[in-house]
Amino acid sequence: MKKKEEQPSSGSKIIETLIRIQKDFGYLPEEKLKEVATLFGVPESQIWGVATFYNVFRLKPKGKTHIKICMGTACHLSGGERVLEAAERELKITVGDTTPDLRFSLERVACIGCCMLAPVVVVDGKVYPRMSPLKFEELLIGLGEKGSD
Amino acid sequence: MRFEKIKREAERYVKDLSLRTHILVGTPTCGKAAGADEVVRELSSELKRRGIEIPVLEVGCMGLCFAEPLVLIFKPGSFNVVYRNVDSSSVRRLVEGYIEGDDPCLELALGTIEFDEEGAPIIPELKRFEFEKRILLRRCGIVDPTNIMHYIGVGGYSALEKTLHLPREMVIDEIKKSELRGRGGAGFPTGIKWEECAKMQDEPKYVICNADEGDPGAFMDRIILESDPHQMLEGMIIAGYAVNANEGFIYVRAEYQRALEMVRRAKDDAERLGILGKSVMGTEFSFNIQVIEGAGAFVAGEETGLIFAIEGKRSEPRFRPPYPSERGLFGKPTLVDNVKTFSYVPWIIENGWEKFYSIGTEKSKGTAIFTLAGKVKEPGLTEVPMGVTLNTLVYEVAGGPREGKRIKAIQIGGPSGGCIPSSLFHLPVDYDAFLSSGSMMGSGGMIFMDEDDCVVDMARFFLDFIQKESCGKCTMCRIGTLQLFYLLDKITKGEAETQDLTKLKELAEDVKIGSLCGLGRSAPNPILTTLRYFYDEYVAHVEEKKCPALVCKSLIAYFIIPEKCDRACEHCKLTCPVEAVGGNKGEPKYIIQEKCVKCGTCLNVCPPEYSAVIKVSPIKKLKELEIQNYRKE
Repeated sequence: MKKKEEQPSSGSKIIETLIRIQKDFGYLPEEKLKEVATLFGVPESQIWGVATFYNVFRLKPKGKTHIKICMGTACHLSGGERVLEAAERELKITVGDTTPDLRFSLERVACIGCCMLAPVVVVDGKVYPRMSPLKFEELLIGLGEKGSD
Repeated sequence: MRFEKIKREAERYVKDLSLRTHILVGTPTCGKAAGADEVVRELSSELKRRGIEIPVLEVGCMGLCFAEPLVLIFKPGSFNVVYRNVDSSSVRRLVEGYIEGDDPCLELALGTIEFDEEGAPIIPELKRFEFEKRILLRRCGIVDPTNIMHYIGVGGYSALEKTLHLPREMVIDEIKKSELRGRGGAGFPTGIKWEECAKMQDEPKYVICNADEGDPGAFMDRIILESDPHQMLEGMIIAGYAVNANEGFIYVRAEYQRALEMVRRAKDDAERLGILGKSVMGTEFSFNIQVIEGAGAFVAGEETGLIFAIEGKRSEPRFRPPYPSERGLFGKPTLVDNVKTFSYVPWIIENGWEKFYSIGTEKSKGTAIFTLAGKVKEPGLTEVPMGVTLNTLVYEVAGGPREGKRIKAIQIGGPSGGCIPSSLFHLPVDYDAFLSSGSMMGSGGMIFMDEDDCVVDMARFFLDFIQKESCGKCTMCRIGTLQLFYLLDKITKGEAETQDLTKLKELAEDVKIGSLCGLGRSAPNPILTTLRYFYDEYVAHVEEKKCPALVCKSLIAYFIIPEKCDRACEHCKLTCPVEAVGGNKGEPKYIIQEKCVKCGTCLNVCPPEYSAVIKVSPIKKLKELEIQNYRKE
């Protein structure tokens, strides 16, 4: 097969396209990865390689409420790990997973750059500063009530 | 000339603004997290209710993150005041007191605002401003990042206009003579990099702005992009002109959504005014920029890794040479610089190389930007001349340790940096001085650690991060860092033996030598520096199974001192997430060790006047305490 000449503008579009798909579906469905490979004329393995390499990509659906626990240095030093453990305990899932009812998913991120408010938790894009296991429980109760109405 | 007209209009906008009372609210990511959005909403409705029509601008971060949300009130003919930790209750007071009336509400103020010769804000009431020198940050937090006219009105894009009338060699020469060094961490001379790229005959050429700030604890690039995106853009266009490239890419971390938003907007606005795109400012030079959202990979911040990421591949770094300036993006000559590096360029062009050269130390010129986080009173962002000592940063700029504590070390530059102990705080901020301490400048993220932080745990944390982020291309990094992590994990769990410390040191040195890129080569820095400066702590973990800082979970236990426990207070029992607190109403509480998950909630909720909950290490100490108390009862 003739090697496709690399297009300065198309190469960078692979990751961009995957990000867009993920924004639409909340994750990267398998059949979509196949479509992307066909679209860019590259082997499917390359697309899988990219999808599994970068942290933002998820191959499983995410929950209605997406909880990110920041595990940057400042968050770690001020008790981020204890917050993460509390989240796992309360949601009864391990980090990276989604609750069976698809209501919550839990993810760890390496520093969102809000170090002076450490430790922080991000729920659907909103940053909650100075968390503790107890405050996380309270936050979750608040989210649960919001989710049920 | 068209830009002249835009500039006149922009200057008029700034002048009009300065003649009116107006309010600035800092709404960068950190400000929002502290509640700035609510403040903006509250302000707008309060002003509306009172029928006051004055501009309320949402601006970026001044670096005073400890006081966020910040509100600045500019009042012609009176004091300009900055207010700290503003919330909805203080909004009403401010509008009534200082917008409608003449009371500057000093009880809510952080200080007054004056401006230095660079136009940078100074708050004379804060001691840190005696030591700061703001070049890059001079507009951050006082200029509307979403309004290109505001940037132009205070002198923005004038350096670009000047550049376009200079021969390319002269522009490069100016940067070379200024001795600006790359601010991504490694400190390579910028001018030489530009010259190399400019010399290449191959076409097309590319310019890449590296905004993939992945170091945990560093957020200066985010703040610069959120607060003053045009400054970086201007520097990048100047670089494009200097090396004769027509295409540029800005690669921003996906985690930085607001920075992305600001950069995209800045790019569109610059295009609209003919400052970017085809025939820049009406000249023959064309420059297009694409903004690329990263996908989260620490290694993508390494320049060759970054290039692969932009090409849509896995960002696995490759061996250099050839350097990107020779063969980079799509195999073509490529100039890769950090956000901060590009951001210095307009100032250097505007003020001349001599002025930049006159600031700093013999081999490190200009200013340095640091993020200050961790156990200090006033965390935030600062810009100081190179050569300032770490002591100054810790005790003057960052406000010193929190009550009753002692700063024991600075972790600098994330995993690539190292740990500098307090005995070396006399060191100046300087590329070479840092290297001599076994650390490096890195990206400039500083985390202050006090006696409550464990250096072994911190090293373990970084190695956990690194082994997760290693791209896996070379064995030393892929397997070496994993083994280093296992060793550290063993130590923090109290399962290690003395010879493990020797193993740890030897393997760390091997990984440092044997890795391909900066990620692997710098990964052992946190281990090597802590072994060098805090060997005692490692020994305590290994030999006594004790964590002196009371951090490592496997080596500590929580204990309630019976005579200090107020029998009627049930706080710990009610909040324990796993029902590990025993003791009936009216009786002293105790911790059921088998159930305890060591989350620390009991200690946090125990009222300070009792302070009945303590942490003990090693765990065997628990037995003594229990026996002691048993005897008393």
